[in-house]
Amino acid sequence: MKFKSLFVAATVAALTATSSVAEDLKVGMITTLSGGGAGLGIDVRDGFMLAVAQSGRTDIDVIIEDDQRKPDVAVQLADRLIQSEKVDVMTGIIWSNLAMAVVPGAVAQGKFYLSPNAGPSPLAGRACHENYFNVAWQNDNLHEAAGAYANDAGHSNTFILAPNYPAGTDALTGFKRTYGGELAGEIYTKLGQSDYAAEIAQIRASGADSVFFFLPGGMGISFLKQYADSGVDLPVVGPAFSFDQGILQAVGAAALGVKNTSQWSKDIDNAANAAFVETFSAEYGRLPSLYASQGFDTANLLISAMEAADVSDADAFRAALKAANFDSTRGAFAFASNHHPIQDIYVREVIKEGDVFTNKIIATALSDHSNAYVADCKM
Amino acid sequence: MSLILFIEQALNGLQFGVMLFLMAAGLTLVFGVMGLINLAHGSLYMIGAFAAAAVAAATGSFVLALIASFVCAAFAGVLIEYFVIRRLYDRDHLDQVLATFALILIFSEGTRWVFGSFPLFLDKPEWLSGTVMLPFGIEYSIYRLAIIVAGLMIAAGLFWMIARTRVGIRIRAGENDREMIGALGVNISLLYTFVFALGAALAGLAGALIGAIQSVQVGMGEPVLILAFVVIVIGGIGSIHGAFIGSVLVGMTDTLGRTMLPSLFGLFLEPSAATSLGASLSSMLIYILMIGVLIFRPKGLFGGA
Repeated sequence: MKFKSLFVAATVAALTATSSVAEDLKVGMITTLSGGGAGLGIDVRDGFMLAVAQSGRTDIDVIIEDDQRKPDVAVQLADRLIQSEKVDVMTGIIWSNLAMAVVPGAVAQGKFYLSPNAGPSPLAGRACHENYFNVAWQNDNLHEAAGAYANDAGHSNTFILAPNYPAGTDALTGFKRTYGGELAGEIYTKLGQSDYAAEIAQIRASGADSVFFFLPGGMGISFLKQYADSGVDLPVVGPAFSFDQGILQAVGAAALGVKNTSQWSKDIDNAANAAFVETFSAEYGRLPSLYASQGFDTANLLISAMEAADVSDADAFRAALKAANFDSTRGAFAFASNHHPIQDIYVREVIKEGDVFTNKIIATALSDHSNAYVADCKM
Repeated sequence: MSLILFIEQALNGLQFGVMLFLMAAGLTLVFGVMGLINLAHGSLYMIGAFAAAAVAAATGSFVLALIASFVCAAFAGVLIEYFVIRRLYDRDHLDQVLATFALILIFSEGTRWVFGSFPLFLDKPEWLSGTVMLPFGIEYSIYRLAIIVAGLMIAAGLFWMIARTRVGIRIRAGENDREMIGALGVNISLLYTFVFALGAALAGLAGALIGAIQSVQVGMGEPVLILAFVVIVIGGIGSIHGAFIGSVLVGMTDTLGRTMLPSLFGLFLEPSAATSLGASLSSMLIYILMIGVLIFRPKGLFGGA
């Protein structure tokens, strides 16, 4: 009996102890830290934690969980973070299909969700929510920029390909929205496909004058290496996802000279970005990718809102987030009415700096670009 | 589709098939001789690719990298067989699946631990880069042609070993009646280790050859493993001939289906519907092929009667 009351006392003490630090803002980060897509999640996490560390704030409590790129795991983690850990803000998800599984439930339960990467079109349009903020881009954005660049570069007969899944269809839709020329061909490949010999042969036979592709991660590595070896010598345009810092080293010289579109690049000229690139490289021993910049910006947005309002006052906190009063690594940054970024999107070229393959901005594809779903969002 | 494009795609299909054979050969031998389902075969493919990438980065030699992939995967195979698989021969398939699935997780996270989460760089050597003009004006990648030649040579060597050598006789005997060859004085456990290491080495070599034109990353083996299982089911489990025929069939069906179905649907559908329907159906095609084969030959094309 005595033990039992002791135990009860200890539990009560522990509970009061935790409630006394409850003024800390609790962040639940669900991201991909194992499996094939882990590089992206690790970059987002590292960028986010770097910003938290640099802020010097001790009242941010980040709980990091690995979703293994599986929607069911992500949903379980979200339930646990919301119900047991009682987080205030959630973030971290990389993949659109996982975001669609987690975000609507989380925001419906009154949590804030700050997306550091995925921006599926439903969450920008009909299923938008006042507590959902996307700090990266709407999924179509970089592809729209690629279409605009293809026009500028004088491409008039482009061959386009993407994997057969929702973000792949979004990609080709986004490209076609801005691209004005003819299509020499349009292919949906298998998701996770690693051999593109058949597609490259079709490109060769199609008489195209250029190629646009969206093949994120390992798929892009395979495509570029095989394309470089195929003897097809058409200019290639793609979104930054196949040319980020983590991937370029694995592609090697095959990517040199390729044009890709991105909202961020390490040579964007502003103080916040220069400091970010320098401190990230010093802290982690590698150059940051666009994913790392997105994680970094997400954390800085959160910190800027914390400085203006307390998270317990949801309306004030939301207004503070909406104001986006932080120094983005991208320079000018604002939210459209559906809480997705309005930002410049650049064209970068893959170059070699010393031994390292990286990107250099060569043009601005779209200025102050918003997204096509603003009108669909009734908030 | 023009004839030239068709021939080029057929070559691509053959190249894909030959690579699948290197994976499927080990899988089918291990299943045929030892009755073991080895899900970790894809991890050996990954080990081969990572070993090749590490050695190529250190020495700059592609040939050394290939040797390293072969040796490392064989060595990993011996270790796996000795410490894990050996305890599973008498257990049922569920236990084997469970244990080898655990091996996948261990190898994946172990590889991440050693090499990090970002894909590694592995490139083909200079002397295999570029393209070559084949008859009929077909421009084809030298490296892919080399893969076809290497794969066919390995297949021929394997057939010769199984059909003509003493080890091959023992392997075939082991498939038929393992108690009896044990009773005849053949060192069964050594034979098993050898077969497992051979299968592992072939998988590792395939990983290195393919890694040079694809992405060397954690988890690269699992998609290939699934295809290799389809191949051995089509070919007949335990049959090395079946594995070869099955590989080429799957490689051809997948490659030609991928390119021809969308244009076929394009004849009577609007372009965007044709591409998306064609893409969806072509990714099912090899499984439809498998079902078709199993309906008429439930034990696969060359399955034991």
